[in-house]
Amino acid sequence: MNNCAIEVHNLTTTYGGAPVLWDIDFELPAGQIIGIIGPNGSGKTTLLKTIMGLLEPSSGYVKIFDQDLEKMRERIAYVPQRESVDWDFPATVEDVVMMGRYRKANLFRRSNRTDLAVVAESIEKVGLTPFKKRQIAQLSGGQQQRVFIARALAQKADVYLMDEPFVGVDAATENAILSLLEEMKAQGKTVLIIHHDLQTVSDYFDYLVLLNTRLIAKGTPQEVLTKENLSNAYGGQLTLLAKVANLIKENEFPIREKDMDL
Amino acid sequence: MQTFIDFISFKDPNVLYVVLGMFFINGSSAMIGTFAFLRKRALIGDAIAHALLPGICLGFMFSGDKNILYLFLGAFATGWISTYLVDYIVNQSKIKQDAAIGIVLSVFFALGIVLLTYIQNAGYSNHGGLNLFLFGQAAAIGKSELWIFAVIFITILLLIILFYKGFTTVAFNADFAKAIGLPVKTIEFLLTSLTVLSIASGIQALGVVLMSALIVTPAAAARFWTNKLPKMLGIAVLFSVFSGFIGAFVSYSESGTPTGPWVVMILSLITLLSFIFSTKRGILARYLQARNNKLKIRHENILKAIYQYHERIGRQVRLDQKLSATDILGIRIFDTSELQKGLRRLIRNDYIRKTEDRYQLTEIGAKESKRIVRLHRLWEQYLLKRTTIDTYHVHSGAEAIEHILSPEIEAELKRELGIEGIPEEDF
Ligand SMILES: Nc1ncnc2c1ncn2[C@@H]1O[C@H](COP(=O)(O)OP(=O)(O)OP(=O)(O)O)[C@@H](O)[C@H]1O
Ligand SMILES: [Mg+2]
Repeated sequence: MNNCAIEVHNLTTTYGGAPVLWDIDFELPAGQIIGIIGPNGSGKTTLLKTIMGLLEPSSGYVKIFDQDLEKMRERIAYVPQRESVDWDFPATVEDVVMMGRYRKANLFRRSNRTDLAVVAESIEKVGLTPFKKRQIAQLSGGQQQRVFIARALAQKADVYLMDEPFVGVDAATENAILSLLEEMKAQGKTVLIIHHDLQTVSDYFDYLVLLNTRLIAKGTPQEVLTKENLSNAYGGQLTLLAKVANLIKENEFPIREKDMDL
Repeated sequence: MQTFIDFISFKDPNVLYVVLGMFFINGSSAMIGTFAFLRKRALIGDAIAHALLPGICLGFMFSGDKNILYLFLGAFATGWISTYLVDYIVNQSKIKQDAAIGIVLSVFFALGIVLLTYIQNAGYSNHGGLNLFLFGQAAAIGKSELWIFAVIFITILLLIILFYKGFTTVAFNADFAKAIGLPVKTIEFLLTSLTVLSIASGIQALGVVLMSALIVTPAAAARFWTNKLPKMLGIAVLFSVFSGFIGAFVSYSESGTPTGPWVVMILSLITLLSFIFSTKRGILARYLQARNNKLKIRHENILKAIYQYHERIGRQVRLDQKLSATDILGIRIFDTSELQKGLRRLIRNDYIRKTEDRYQLTEIGAKESKRIVRLHRLWEQYLLKRTTIDTYHVHSGAEAIEHILSPEIEAELKRELGIEGIPEEDF
C-alpha cells in the first residue's frame, strides 16, 4: 500500500501467556477514518495499546509512516477509554487539555502563548469553552469524553487513535464529534477509532478492521460487513480459537519465538 | 501560657531542633504524599515504613555504630525494595495491591524484628536506641539529623517544582504520559525514591507504625478544601506542619508524652473537621445546601400562592392585595408553623410587608412572585409541547422544577416556546 499510515506486522500480544491478539497483520491507509470493530474482549483496546507502545508485543512490530514508533510519538495522539482514569483528580478542563501540549522536550518549560492558544482552540472545537475552568469531576460523561478528545486535538498530531469515543455520549455530541472527524480527515489526518455500534459503522468509516483475537477481515465497509465475516467474528465458531488460546496459557506454551518472524 | 512562651522562644535548643525537624519531616511527607494519594498508592507508605526497619538494622550491623548515614542508606535500600516487590507481585500474579502490601509489609517487619533481637543479643555495644525506631522519639532529633531532613525537604520541593508537569500527568493518566513520550519510568522512579526518602527522614521521630499516616492523611484532608492541585499541595503541607508544631508543643508541656502520637492525633482531628466543615465536599456544607434548598422552595411556594390569590380575583397585574394567612392557606396547603416561619423570613428579606395581621407583597416581592409563576408555567408548557405527558400529570411534573431553573434556561424556554409574559394555566 502506498501512503500507508499504520503498518501492523504479524503482531501477537499476550497477557500472562494467553494470546489476546494473534498474528494480526494489516496496513491502514492515511487520510481516512478507520474503524476497529469486534465483540467484547476481542482485543481492540489491546491492539490500540500495542500500537501506542503501551504494551510490549510478544512478536511482530508496528510502523507509523514507515518509521519506528519512538520516532513518531509526537505525531500520534491517543484518546484512552474514559473509564481508564479517575475523574476526581484535582484538575480543570484546561489543565487536562494542556497535557496534550506536554512533550519530553518541554517538560521543564512553562506553557507558552502558543500552548495557551492551542488549548483554547481545542476546547472551543469540542464545545466546552463555557466549562473550561470547571473541575473535571463536575462534568457529565459525554463532556469528559470531549475533554479527552480536546486533549488529543491539542497534540496537533497526524494520526489519532481513539478508544470508543462514542460511548456514553448523546446523539448531539456524537454528531459534533463526527463533524470534527470529517474536518480532521479533510486536513489529511488519519483517524483510527474503536467502535461498538454495528448499525452505524458503514456511515462513519471509510475503512474497517474486524477483529476477534485474530484478524477476521479488513477493507471497505462493503467488503468487511458480509454475513460470513460477521458470523465469524460475532458467532460461535471462534470458541475453538478461545479454547486453543487457553490451552496455550495452561501449558505455558510459547506461541512464537520472539523476534523470529521479523 | 508561660509554657507556650517558653516553647516558642526556644529557650531549650532541643525544642528548636524538634520543631524544625517536624517542619521538614511533615512538609516533605505531605508534599510527596499528595502525589502518592493521587496515584491511588496511599497504602504503599505503610509498606515502606515497615520495610525500613530491617534496613536500619542492617545499616547498624554494617557500620557497627549508630552512624546516621549508614542507617539511612540501609533504610532507603530496603524501603525501595519493598515498593518494587509490591509492584512485582501485582504485575506478575492475580494478587491485588492491598494484599501485596500486606504480604510485603509483614515479611519485612518480621525480618526487622528478627534483626533487632539479634543485635540486642549479639553484644554490640551502643545499640541502645535502635528500638526507638519502632515507635519513634521526636526528642531524639539532633543537629546532624536536622541537616539531613532539611536537605531532603528542599530536594523534594525543588523536584516537585521542576517535574510538576511530569508528576501530574503520570498521576492523572500514566498511559497517556507514556503515549506522548514522557520519561514515565524515570518519573515513577523519582516519585518512589522521594516517597522512600521522606518516610526514611521521619522514621526516627515518628516510628514505623505512625509514619505512614503522615503520607496519606494531609492529602486526604486537603482534598476536601480545593479542586486545584497547587493549592492542595499547599494545604496538605500547612495541615501537616501545623500538626507537627502543636504535637511538639503538647509533648513539651506534658513532658513525657511522646510527640509522634500527638502529631497523628491532631492530623486526624483536622481530617475529621475537614470532612465535616469543608466548604465544598464536607457534610456540613451539604447539609446547609439541602436546608437552603428547602427554605428556598418554601419561600417560592408562598410567593406563588400569593400570586395565584390575586389571579383568582383578577388583580394579578397589580398584585397589591392585603391577605391574611387564611387567604394563603385557601390557595395552597401549608403546614401552619412552616407558613408562619416562611412569612417571617420573607418579611425580613423585604419581599412582604405586614400590617395588622395582613400580608402584602413589596415591589421586589411582586417581581419575584411573577418570576416564579412564569418559570413554573413555562416549564408546564414545555412539558406539554415536547414530551408525552397527561395533562393530569403536567402540574405535578412541573412542580418543584421552577425552583432550580436558571436564568439561561428561562431565556431558552422563552425562545423555544415563543411566549412572553406569564402564560395562563390553560389545561
Ligand atoms: N490487564 C489485563 N490482564 C489480563 N488480561 C487482560 C488485561 N486486559 C485485558 N485482558 C483480556 O484481554 C482480552 C482483550 O481485552 P481488550 O480490552 O483488548 O478487549 P476489547 O476488545 O477492548 O473489549 P471491549 O469491547 O470490552 O472494550 C480480554 O479477554 C480481557 O479479559
Ligand atoms: Mg476496550
